[in-house]
Amino acid sequence: MSSTTAADVIVIGAGIIGAACAQSLAARGLRVLVLDAGLHGATAAGMGHLLVLDDNPAELALSQYSLQRWRELAPRLPEACAYRSNGTLWLAANAEEMAVAEHKFNVLQAQGVTCELVAGRAVRQREPALREGLEGGLLINDDGILYAPATAGWMLETTGIDQRRARVSAVEGNRVRLDSGQWLSAEAVVLANGIQAVDLCPELPIEPKKGHLLITDRYPGTVTHTLVELGYVTSAHNASGPSTACNIQPRPTGQLFIGASRQFGTTDPAVEGWMLARMLKRATEYMPDLANLNGIRAWTGFRAASPDGLPLVGRHPQQDGLWLAVGHEGLGVTTAPATADLLSAQLFDETPPLAACPYLPDRFLGALAHA
Amino acid sequence: MPDLTLDGRPLHVAAGTSVAAALALGGDGCSRTSVSGQRRAPLCGMGICQECRVSIDGRRRLACQTLCRDGMQVETRP
Repeated sequence: MSSTTAADVIVIGAGIIGAACAQSLAARGLRVLVLDAGLHGATAAGMGHLLVLDDNPAELALSQYSLQRWRELAPRLPEACAYRSNGTLWLAANAEEMAVAEHKFNVLQAQGVTCELVAGRAVRQREPALREGLEGGLLINDDGILYAPATAGWMLETTGIDQRRARVSAVEGNRVRLDSGQWLSAEAVVLANGIQAVDLCPELPIEPKKGHLLITDRYPGTVTHTLVELGYVTSAHNASGPSTACNIQPRPTGQLFIGASRQFGTTDPAVEGWMLARMLKRATEYMPDLANLNGIRAWTGFRAASPDGLPLVGRHPQQDGLWLAVGHEGLGVTTAPATADLLSAQLFDETPPLAACPYLPDRFLGALAHA
Repeated sequence: MPDLTLDGRPLHVAAGTSVAAALALGGDGCSRTSVSGQRRAPLCGMGICQECRVSIDGRRRLACQTLCRDGMQVETRP
């Protein structure tokens, strides 16, 4: 089995994670070959919401650092990337959720995240389309949005990156076998292909979480911030059965993205009417006038979820030359620049810009078996 | 025999005419203008492709799924 040296690094997956890793490595002067099978991945299906999340300190550190990196990249992003720093308004429907908002406010403010509590009626002054009677909210000012497929495409135009449409059928350390049977090798192989990673490395603890999304026709803009219910944190996020949560994102075109749903144990991409209906009903409970808008498309996607909700970024402990950047669940667009920085630093044996430990694959795959 | 208004101009059509047909009869055949400034027109004719979105009496409708009625105000611009 002879293999051809194809590049310094081969990246599998041209979604936002693979693209960000490729861009980071190419910027260091490496020749990078990006292989992509052309499947409909999470980057193409998701909302492109850039947000700070604080379910645990490692998630907060990763998302906060990565948002800072997006803000640094923003001036260079082409208009097609549709980057906007429009903020996230977390919505509290009752006193319990408002207590969660206040807790989040304290945690985020202590970490230097710009945010403000919005009480009672002030919520509708910020977002007049919301229903009356909400308890309040938490505005995270520096959160944003972008159009991830265009952004990944822009990253992949970086000098030093070659792209090829090819399905990888096997990975062995620093070598990959294409569908054609050809073997390619490089100094390092980076696996960044989301839920498909388990096809190549069955030992990875990654589970698909199905989500539905709908986009409306273009209407005169009535929504400013991305609106997310705090029930997302208090109930839906922790449920094991199918769940929905209100998530409304204004697009620069005047369209609205409406989400979100979660389902486990399925890889069927079909839009399921009952789930879509449940999701839309939930959104109209927060914004009744949504019911008068036309939806023009609905689709599904799969988040690549790890058991602890954090990505796996670093070397594969049992396969010399294989590096992992997978398991980002619903936060891959947010955390792509941080992932790329973490991965590059480890590949170059440098001190990463934030502690790499919580994201190391070793936590699931065991200790390093090679030096 | 419905009399409607298409982009401000009066249009008389036969009973049973769809708005999509009215666009072809009385306008440039198009229903709307895309984000990138392209004029867009009905394509599938069966309510699936969403290309024929048009404003009818101030609401967004599918031209191919809507029959012309007396007094309708149809707007294809911007």
